[in-house]
Amino acid sequence: MPAVSKGDGMRGLAVFISDIRNCKSKEAEIKRINKELANIRSKFKGDKALDGYSKKKYVCKLLFIFLLGHDIDFGHMEAVNLLSSNKYTEKQIGYLFISVLVNSNSELIRLINNAIKNDLSSRNPTFMCLALHCIANVGSREMAEAFASEIPRILVAGDTMDSVKQSAALCLLRLYKTSPDLVLMGEWTSRVVHLLNDQHMGVVTAAISLITCLSMKNPDEFKTCVSLAVSRLSRIVSSASTDLQDYTYYFVPAPWLSCKLLRLLQCYPPPEDGAVKGRLVECLETILNKAQEPPKSKKVQHSNAKNAILFEAISLIIHYDSEPNLLVRACNQLGQFLQHRETNLRYLALESMCTLASSEFSHEAVKTHIETVINALKTERDVSVRQRAADLLYAMCDRSNAKQIVAEMLSYLETADYSIREEMVLKVAILAEKYAVDYSWYVDTILNLIRIAGDYVSEEVWYRVIQIVINRDDVQGYAAKTVFEALQAPACHENMVKVGGYILGEFGNLIAGDPRSSPLVQFNLLHSKFHLCSVPTRALLLSAYIKFINLFPETKATIQEVLRCDSQIRNSDVELQQRAVEYLKLSSIASTDVLATVLEEMPPFPERESSILAKLKKKKGPGAVSVTELEDSKREGGELNGGGDRGSDTAAMAASNASTPSPSADLLGIRSAAPIGAAPASAGSLLVDVFSEAGPAAPSAAVSDDGFLRDLEQPTETSDSLLVEGSGDSDPKFPVSHRFVCKNNGVLFENQLLQIGIKSEYRQNLGRMYLFFGNKTSVQFASFTTTVSCPGELQSHILLTKPVEPLVEGGAQIQQVLNIECLTDFSEAPLLNIKFRYGGALQNLTLKLPVTINKFFQPTEMASHDFFQRWKQLSQPQQEAQKIFKANHSMDTEVLKAKLLGLGTALLDNVDPNPENYVCAGVIQTKSQQVGCLLRLEPNAQAQMYRLTLRCSKDSVSKRLCELLAEQF
Amino acid sequence: MIRFVLMVNRQGQTRLSRYYTPVDLNRRAALEADVVRCCLNRKKDQCSFVEYQDFKLVYRQYAALYIVVGVSDGENELSIYELVHNFVEVLDKYFSRVIMFNLDRVHIILDEMIQNGHIVETNKNRILAPLSAIDKMADG
Repeated sequence: MPAVSKGDGMRGLAVFISDIRNCKSKEAEIKRINKELANIRSKFKGDKALDGYSKKKYVCKLLFIFLLGHDIDFGHMEAVNLLSSNKYTEKQIGYLFISVLVNSNSELIRLINNAIKNDLSSRNPTFMCLALHCIANVGSREMAEAFASEIPRILVAGDTMDSVKQSAALCLLRLYKTSPDLVLMGEWTSRVVHLLNDQHMGVVTAAISLITCLSMKNPDEFKTCVSLAVSRLSRIVSSASTDLQDYTYYFVPAPWLSCKLLRLLQCYPPPEDGAVKGRLVECLETILNKAQEPPKSKKVQHSNAKNAILFEAISLIIHYDSEPNLLVRACNQLGQFLQHRETNLRYLALESMCTLASSEFSHEAVKTHIETVINALKTERDVSVRQRAADLLYAMCDRSNAKQIVAEMLSYLETADYSIREEMVLKVAILAEKYAVDYSWYVDTILNLIRIAGDYVSEEVWYRVIQIVINRDDVQGYAAKTVFEALQAPACHENMVKVGGYILGEFGNLIAGDPRSSPLVQFNLLHSKFHLCSVPTRALLLSAYIKFINLFPETKATIQEVLRCDSQIRNSDVELQQRAVEYLKLSSIASTDVLATVLEEMPPFPERESSILAKLKKKKGPGAVSVTELEDSKREGGELNGGGDRGSDTAAMAASNASTPSPSADLLGIRSAAPIGAAPASAGSLLVDVFSEAGPAAPSAAVSDDGFLRDLEQPTETSDSLLVEGSGDSDPKFPVSHRFVCKNNGVLFENQLLQIGIKSEYRQNLGRMYLFFGNKTSVQFASFTTTVSCPGELQSHILLTKPVEPLVEGGAQIQQVLNIECLTDFSEAPLLNIKFRYGGALQNLTLKLPVTINKFFQPTEMASHDFFQRWKQLSQPQQEAQKIFKANHSMDTEVLKAKLLGLGTALLDNVDPNPENYVCAGVIQTKSQQVGCLLRLEPNAQAQMYRLTLRCSKDSVSKRLCELLAEQF
Repeated sequence: MIRFVLMVNRQGQTRLSRYYTPVDLNRRAALEADVVRCCLNRKKDQCSFVEYQDFKLVYRQYAALYIVVGVSDGENELSIYELVHNFVEVLDKYFSRVIMFNLDRVHIILDEMIQNGHIVETNKNRILAPLSAIDKMADG
């Protein structure tokens, strides 16, 4: 072993570290450190020039102090000086200090860049590596600008040392991530891919990281890497355990490299080339076989390394989801791990099996392990393992085992860890709804859920049970009876009171025949809970009471008495007071007929995606809910609710809502269940409906106060839930700028952390856009700032009304308003830049705002004759833009009409001699001029093609509109 | 991708920290304390992977020393778990005494193994090659 301190003994440093280690208390440590800092500062400031050794020693001390958790605000310059030293250790300490302590926006970057440039051209491999590490670690824009073109050359040059290639690969990866625009792979692509063939395993290990990242961004350019990766993998997998010498780890050949190769393959679909695919399947089979062989070593390291490869191989098998044989084998292998004595393996097996459950080929095989998984849920001592077991039960659930699984999950809930209860509740609620064969079971399950874990039952869950009860006649009586019984409990959860109030208010009459649940008994039962409840629940109960007056005239006197008492009619809460006053008045002046009309039973809700599922998806982030599951829920959800087609009732419902704040008001807040057209009571409320959990959003009143909004026409799809749209909208292949051409509202962006919703309204050349930033995590976002810029020709004028609050609490949502004025026609969309800190990491996003020229359309109605006259007037060749293209979306007439209307133009009937064609006219309003536009869309259903023709009084507008629209159909 | 590597002792003092995604200097101490608390509280029979915020921690204990690696979703947990062991074996191979005195060298070793959040080298001899070269130079 080398004597570590030989020749390099920084004695002073060793003494200092010993001192620190001997400190008995935190105070003593701080005192010692402060003394040292003062000493170093005076040395750096002193007149005497320090030699390299001393500089290194002091910089090293500073680094140590920093690593102990103290702030360091000087010494950067000295560290930079060390970079130009010729001694490796001095240079290395300099780079280390800079990598750890210099932020990418430091002013010193210029000096650092100079030093790096010298080292890169030094041809000394150790110096080159240090410089490359430093670029990778700092990764600033300026560094990228200085070195992005140089590094690919170093990476593929034949004479570059292996270790330098490794560093260059990772360095390039970093630059590609921070400044993709500066890293132009073009000519290097093929040579970089061929690094997979490099004879040096270390180079391959490093290069794969780079290739994986590049492949994810440009799969087509890099797809040759698949066959190279397969052959490399095959060589490793089939090698004897000693072939790869130093890359063998506990008798496993190159475990990390194998994992990385398998991961790279997961960026692509199964290879098309039969030979490559055959070879790969062979590899995967070999890996599965090896898992069954007796271990070559008893060491846990051996089995861990082997299993790391196995799990990665299984991930790839699941990713392909096309080889039934491999999927079932993978499942059996994981089944063995479920009972392994290593907790780590049980955890990973549960996690991996969860994804297997969503494959049609292996779903049945996964189900055979149900008893083991239930047992894990009951006996595992680690909450994260139990959580995985619960996830797996959820994933393997289907009609055949739903009752068993729901029962197990319910009983687990009673003792479940607080951290996972809310998610468990959602899952139970979803399973109960998805697989309900009889509705009494569903109602029982949900009421049990509220009883066991009422605090964790979110609004979506109890809204949903009410929706389902209202939509199903056959369960209403049972629901009323069960909820009545549940309310008998001396202490029942407030959510139970809400469900009880709502259901008895609607369907109490169904059980009123029994003297034990006569109207008055029902009322007294509900009212006995009233005083213990929060304001929203009381408001709901008041609505239930007025419904009682309608259902049971005999309770009128008692209820009026209650409404009339001071605690109601003079309640300090405005909402309660208003309800009490209005209901009292309504009950005393309205005739029975009027009362019966106003308080009619709630019409069925239109069928939508389950709001609970939406919530779970939101919780887990996109992608967490498998596709099959979604399809299932759509199909079966429909069945459960009597197969939809009740949309026509929504109008009636909206009317009943507008006339009285009946309990429906409480349900309209449901995000995905809000019926179309139910919200336009006031423009202000629209904004609230967009996100029912509006958080600290600017009060909606402030928005509607200025009257701007009210004057606008209601947008066509106002109250449609953003969340539901979001799930379909966030298709990454479809750029934002295209998604919003024909609509004004929706989810602009969504990732794990942040959801951005927009609502926008346009009138003439003015527009207003509301941005809703929702923090999806439970952690605060700090330094939240947004800026809007208009690239290219600054043609539309955008004002942010006021900056957003810099802090966005976990789960909260904030709102920002943009005022837009269109000065003249434009083609580039404005950019929205969002910066914030999440858990200390700076997040930086730039999005295109969906402001397109068509937003400033005013529809123009005209007759056939006028249309063709104008069409002829706009006959100069540059005024016309035409495109013939294949249909990308449904060619359904209604869909097309909706899109054309969404575009903002008037859709003219009976103009075109061919009724299949669509003709539109409109005027684009800009500040400087008005541009008349005529549009003709000729679909050819047989060929699935369109011809789109635009004629506008300004040629640039024709072109732009044509580009925009061609993507829409 | 690997987000950070921490070495902490049982008292919760950080002995080494290396971040591969930017974390504010002033947030690091708090993050480290929190991460350590997460791992220290766990018993031997609990699994070595902990879900933490929106990523995972993979940790391994060596007597009084804990090595904790933060990884983003999708990283192969077992391979990271063994990477930690490989790292410790390299340290063992190189150092004969308390590593606290040679922090710079621990960093060199780590930099040879992980760059920029990705595994770059796993061959022990090659990981130690630059250090051996330095020791030969003995350029004090």
